[in-house]
Amino acid sequence: MSDLTTGARTGTSGARPPLAHRRLPRWAPGGIAAGSIVLGVVIGLLGHLSSHIQWGLIALVLFIGGTYAITTAVEGSRQAKDRVATSLVWASFVVAIIPLYSLVETTISKGIETLNGNFLSHSMAGVLNNDPGGGVYHAIIGTLEQVGLASVMAVPIGLFTAIYLVEYGRGKFATTVTFFVDVMTGIPSIVSGLFILAVWIIILGFSFSGFAGSLALAILMLPIVVRSTEEMLKLVPNELREASLALGVPKWRTILKVVLPTSIGGILTGVMLAVARIAGETAPVLLLVFGNQYINNDPFSGAQSSLPYYVYEQYVVGTDAAYNRAWGAALVLIAFVMILNIVARGIARWKAPKTGR
Amino acid sequence: MDIAPAESAPPPSAKSRSNFTRPGDRIFASLASGSSILLLLIMGAIALFLTTRAIYAISQDHANFFTTFEWNADSTPPVFGIAVLAYGTVISSVIAMILAVPIAVGIALFISHYAPRRLATPLAYIVDLLAAVPSIVYGLWGALFLVPHLGGLNLWLDHYLSWTVIFDQSNPGTAARSLFTVGILLAIMILPVITNVSGEVFRQVPRMHEEAALALGATRWEVIRLSVLPFARSGIISASMLGLGRALGETMAVATVLSSSPVLTAHLLDPEGGTFAQNIASKFGEASDFGRDALIASGLVLFIITLLVNGAARLIIARRKEYSGANA
Repeated sequence: MSDLTTGARTGTSGARPPLAHRRLPRWAPGGIAAGSIVLGVVIGLLGHLSSHIQWGLIALVLFIGGTYAITTAVEGSRQAKDRVATSLVWASFVVAIIPLYSLVETTISKGIETLNGNFLSHSMAGVLNNDPGGGVYHAIIGTLEQVGLASVMAVPIGLFTAIYLVEYGRGKFATTVTFFVDVMTGIPSIVSGLFILAVWIIILGFSFSGFAGSLALAILMLPIVVRSTEEMLKLVPNELREASLALGVPKWRTILKVVLPTSIGGILTGVMLAVARIAGETAPVLLLVFGNQYINNDPFSGAQSSLPYYVYEQYVVGTDAAYNRAWGAALVLIAFVMILNIVARGIARWKAPKTGR
Repeated sequence: MDIAPAESAPPPSAKSRSNFTRPGDRIFASLASGSSILLLLIMGAIALFLTTRAIYAISQDHANFFTTFEWNADSTPPVFGIAVLAYGTVISSVIAMILAVPIAVGIALFISHYAPRRLATPLAYIVDLLAAVPSIVYGLWGALFLVPHLGGLNLWLDHYLSWTVIFDQSNPGTAARSLFTVGILLAIMILPVITNVSGEVFRQVPRMHEEAALALGATRWEVIRLSVLPFARSGIISASMLGLGRALGETMAVATVLSSSPVLTAHLLDPEGGTFAQNIASKFGEASDFGRDALIASGLVLFIITLLVNGAARLIIARRKEYSGANA
């Protein structure tokens, strides 16, 4: 036994337990982090660096360098690499959280100043660029109508395509459809807007309307609905289908009465996520709906506004009052999208398909 | 080739035994396949209509469509080209990828392997939610918050790194409405997307591989390098390419942040340049009928680029179906 212990000994650490390497204390990473932040701030102050981002970057470099040097000295290079990897992973997490947190924080804190009942219930009719006041009512109407129309078009087609892929599709055609659904997911929103522009407005000669925008939104929504519905239908256990068919139920009734009800929770979730996604699209609205300061309840004729378009419009105006309105509308938009997301995920958890295992 | 997974293979229908099919079945089946055909038709129509308008526009162009810098589609004669736009689109997306991919992989690793379990689940949830933040909100934040806050960093980069040419600012102190800022903003936008997809792949690494590496005495980093990353490589690549597709086609975030101009410069901190999507969004308002066709031509180029990138990503995923990150 004594051979083993001496072999494991690192020589310098005579007083330590024989089988363990010398290790840094548990507080070491925290200590190095605190030390490098302090150093970073000191260097930033001494060097008169105006941007706090630089202070953070300096602290980060110090932290990673310091961790590597100290760990190499105490624990050896393999442990040092491990610790550097750990600190890089933590650092990347922190680096990513800062802007994302700042985004949400800025939107909420600036948006809440503008947000009130008046903002939600009035349009921009007669509001001058420099004036405070005005609201998003017309934009909310536009968003709801455009998204609603897009869903009415995209959801049935998407559902049936997914049903085809899971229940009927075989061979080359189904593979092709799957591939193009995937590719369609990646179509930039501005391209789908240009497509509708080319067909609906340039070639067919219709004018700008909420409906034209919803056509483009439907194109963006379609592949998302197909993908999520397809995943959900695949989760329905085959035994259910077989049991139903064995009772002599026609296939279409099996799908309608057994397969779809089993997976309805997941399908609903997918549809709501798709709605949340297209509700935030600006580019198609910019190209096809044209924007409007007034309330237009009819999506089939005349220009409309929409929440994301309104944010952009107010940003372009560029006065302080307009910026405030833009933040307010951004908050309304984020709240709308987030509520849809959270409700959708709630439904998914509540109605998770029973996979039979 | 009946190798479809058992769960997705419904039992053979009665059709194979007799020629009798119920009318309901026939209607339903044709609705289903009709929808699929419609979807393919839409894809085909997008390509067809964009191409016809684009060919018309390019035929009227009095300059080389691919090498001209300016975009004056409404002047007589029309002179427009995509050189600056293509450059700006590629450069900003490349910056975004360089920044976002390592960090996104880091966050995904953090959620799947480093974070305490109690933290990991809510984190994954938050990242999911962040992926849903509309791009115009990123654009607004980028223009009103990020741009003023990057001024100091730009000066610093210009001061110490101007010898690299790319970080040389022609007029130090100009607002950070540059391709570099756009790249940073795009990186922030595509972080949640890449994190989501690659995180999903990391969670599918067989437990056995990791335990085997641990049993051999590997440190946590060695476990990740030896078992997790090799397994997840194709997943990371396809996640990155999905993010790239998003970055290439991003409109509003670029349109709000970039101060565009028909200048192609290697100085990334200068407020110059443009991207396909940004150019369409900002030129559309005052475009004449022909100007719209010209913008459609540039949209077609963007469409083809994103099609290639996304197709490649999907092919990589499809080749290793078991890591499917395809439902992103």
